[in-house]
Amino acid sequence: MWELIQTNKRNSTLLMVLMAVVLLALGFAIGMAAVGPEGGLFGLGIAAVIWLVLALISLSSGDQILLAASGAKQITHDVHPQLFNVVEEMKIAAGLPAMPKVYIINDPAPNAFATGRNPQSASIAVTAGLLGRLNRDELQGVIAHEMSHILHRDILYMTLAGIMLGSVVLLSQVFMRGVFYGSMGSRRRYSSNSRGGNQAQILLVVIAIVAAILAPIMAQLLYFALSRRREYLADAGGARLTRYPEGLASALEKIASDPSPQLATANSVTAPMFFANPFKSRGQRGLSDLTSTHPPISERIRILRGMSHGASYKDYAQAYATVTHGKNIVPAAALTGDEVQLRQGLPPTTEQGLPQKQTHQIGDIMRKVNGFQFLTCECGLKLKIPPNFPSGVVPCPRCRRSLSIPSRPA
Amino acid sequence: MIVAVIAVLAVLALVGIVGIGIYNGLVGSRNQVDNAWAQIDVQLKRRHDLIPNLVETAKGYMKHERETFESITKARSAAMGAKTVPEVAKSEGQLADALSKFMLVVENYPELKANQNFLALQEELTSTENKIAFARQNYNDQVLFYNNKIQMFPSNVVAGMFVFNKRDFFQVETALEREAPKVNFS
Repeated sequence: MWELIQTNKRNSTLLMVLMAVVLLALGFAIGMAAVGPEGGLFGLGIAAVIWLVLALISLSSGDQILLAASGAKQITHDVHPQLFNVVEEMKIAAGLPAMPKVYIINDPAPNAFATGRNPQSASIAVTAGLLGRLNRDELQGVIAHEMSHILHRDILYMTLAGIMLGSVVLLSQVFMRGVFYGSMGSRRRYSSNSRGGNQAQILLVVIAIVAAILAPIMAQLLYFALSRRREYLADAGGARLTRYPEGLASALEKIASDPSPQLATANSVTAPMFFANPFKSRGQRGLSDLTSTHPPISERIRILRGMSHGASYKDYAQAYATVTHGKNIVPAAALTGDEVQLRQGLPPTTEQGLPQKQTHQIGDIMRKVNGFQFLTCECGLKLKIPPNFPSGVVPCPRCRRSLSIPSRPA
Repeated sequence: MIVAVIAVLAVLALVGIVGIGIYNGLVGSRNQVDNAWAQIDVQLKRRHDLIPNLVETAKGYMKHERETFESITKARSAAMGAKTVPEVAKSEGQLADALSKFMLVVENYPELKANQNFLALQEELTSTENKIAFARQNYNDQVLFYNNKIQMFPSNVVAGMFVFNKRDFFQVETALEREAPKVNFS
């Protein structure tokens, strides 16, 4: 049951060690170039310290920064009972030790992310657009995917790897700028050295420049590989938690075909945390295999729909192998044969059809998050009262009845 | 001589450390099983608490469905009185059957389905049914994990020494219970 997680942990560790090697090698090369052959270890130390400081900051308060930057608002059960219930259901299914905090992001683009250092203090944020468009089963699939990220400690891995990537980029940029602006001065300084030492020094600088160009690219590719791998695994975990891969597949389908503009608050560092890639690719997808944080949605859907026999990790691995032709995500021998039966979905609903109605719903969800109150007049008109409404009574604009606003809890 | 003694002591210490690790792991997963069972209990109780509200709200709209209400109420008191695990499984299965029948009948009352209060209760009931199903799922997962540990080498040695007993799976009693009851009509 846990073998897939174990294998993935090993692969992720390997990728992260490779990234660390890239970072330290870059530091070493820069140190040699800047100070001389004896400066290599010094540069290596600097690179390690930069990474450590950034990692400590982001691990101690990274989730709060991320949530605040996305404009996410924490909600209670009353604001959106269904979302809250679905999160609680998945918390129970995953056997999580504590209920994650639930947030809603005011954005019409359907997406979601999970954050938090460990399963004890996790947060799940979904956009209002997601709530407006998905039915209960689909929402459950998305939340299960996010819950798997929490369960697999992806947030920890991705934060550490992201910081490593950031350090590599930072180091190489600082160095390149130093070379560019300092080239005149350093040439004069080197010329005072002996002739042999000068040539060796120039060679070191050239090596360091090449390293500074290549390192960010390599780090980025490793980061993307790490991210995609964990995305597949979260899909597998989500299918296992809900016993219903179709819910997740259908949610992905709706998100892929969604016409609304891309998420306003996402950036390239936060992208891997999201349920679906927040950046809409326009045009061809040729390079996307190497440079995308997420696997192609169509492939994720095909794998999930290929799980016809059961919902275990083994079934996912089999479907994965069928869809992607051979390159297996885990050695099949590492999977134990626990049978996990699929479950029936809820009966299909016809209610959420019209795009206008959905947009309307999304607006209502956000008003509720922001403390609006909803009153229904006897004539059938629905009033939305903003939280700063000064009076306790409001006249109905249609039938002129006066409605009293129930006092809100402070 | 001294070297041999040190070597033996080192091996013993190593075995001891590994044994302590295995023992703690076993206790940990046994606690997980107990905790998972407690989760099921919490959700079953919640189902019992929801039913009177649901029946009260629906009664006003459904004048001619006395039998349905009676069967729910009866199944509920039977389920609340159940003590042993097989009893609980059986009576809860019957209650789930009665509830899903009730939810089918609701289909014939469009006015009831438009009632905000009823819709909110319905969402809570749907969620509670799901939570029961997921809690049972998690419980069975934990039992599988724990039983595997007890039977597999080397943890089975430690388990045998300190009497860790196998746990039973929560088996579904009725055919209707096997599928998640379809109570969502929203």
